[in-house]
Amino acid sequence: MQTTSDEVLIGRIAGGDRLAMQVLFARHHVRVYRFVLRFVRNEATAEDLISEVFLDVWRQAGKFEGRSAVSTWLLSIARFKALSALRRKPEQELDDATAEAIVDTADDPQRALEKKDKGEILRKTLSALSAEHREIIDLVYYHEKSVEEVAEIVGIPEATVKTRMFYARKKMAELLKQQGVDRGWP
Amino acid sequence: MNTTNESQDDVELMLPWHAAGTLSRRDAKRVEDALARDPELARRYDLVREELGETIRLNETLGAPSARAMDNLFKKIDGEPARRALPRLDLAARFSEFMAGFSPRTLAWSAAAAVLAIVLQAGIITGVLLNERTPGSGYQAASAPATAPADGSYAMIRFAPQASASDITGFLEANKLSLAGGPAAGGLYRVRVGMTGIPKNDLARIVRELQQDKTVDFIAAVQ
Repeated sequence: MQTTSDEVLIGRIAGGDRLAMQVLFARHHVRVYRFVLRFVRNEATAEDLISEVFLDVWRQAGKFEGRSAVSTWLLSIARFKALSALRRKPEQELDDATAEAIVDTADDPQRALEKKDKGEILRKTLSALSAEHREIIDLVYYHEKSVEEVAEIVGIPEATVKTRMFYARKKMAELLKQQGVDRGWP
Repeated sequence: MNTTNESQDDVELMLPWHAAGTLSRRDAKRVEDALARDPELARRYDLVREELGETIRLNETLGAPSARAMDNLFKKIDGEPARRALPRLDLAARFSEFMAGFSPRTLAWSAAAAVLAIVLQAGIITGVLLNERTPGSGYQAASAPATAPADGSYAMIRFAPQASASDITGFLEANKLSLAGGPAAGGLYRVRVGMTGIPKNDLARIVRELQQDKTVDFIAAVQ
């Protein structure tokens, strides 16, 4: 089973091929949506933003030079759109589901351990990180981006990518410790 | 001592990418070696793998957008000015599309055939040269020099493992390079950097600049 490469699809989109656009959208829209949702924390806003992201792809396809993977290009556009949306709505409130997901520091460690397994605490800690730290962890672990690709998407030097990832993990370890989960690192 | 510590620190910083499988083959080997000899690092790697698994799980619980997103997109596209599909003259893109049309098995056989052709060609050229250099053997024009100077300037290059066919064609085109041979042992290719002999210092500078490109894993000038 062979699939048309993203680069070929972009070439066809540049020529006005709507079907190629549908294929590219079907292939990437869920990941782009999740990436954006972790920024804006609002499902309706995230849906609007992915339409804008792919509309930009439709408009800019002819200028795509293929210097990076198409998925990296998509996430770069998505990040820009998400940050712009957050700047437009600084008062953006967290939706209930996300707010609930954030670690409740009122629980004492023992109680937290009793009612949640370690994996659940870890996932809630991931949600409680700053946007900067959440973003880098998602890009590396979920979107499988290399150091070079993260540097391109976030617009920071490669050395900073590595140290930012390290500090994100360190912060996560600190939050876990507050929840009674001591992993013996750092 | 400091160098060793820096190297260990660097390996530890790379653990998340190693767990996600996005390191180059060379860096992955460095990490594997360090993990094999350092139990504490291996324990920390287990923590990284735990984080990786939970990050994926968290993202997978975020759901997917409704059909509204796609409907909105295509409504907006309908509102865009009509675009005429122009015949594409971009050779690199056409080459990528052409290559994408083959199955991996076909590509593998094609690559093997190309390697065989290069080896045969190299054998024939070597044979001709040896023949020319053996006194009294073969035809030799009285006016021609015994050995002609090689045209152009060359470098040996190995492309980054993650570089795609389009990355490589884009890189070659952007830097006006052409493949002159390979692959040789270690995945090395011979590329022509210039049509004429470039002074040694200038060639070294060009090679240093090319080394910065992420498509390149290794490059060195050859005389």
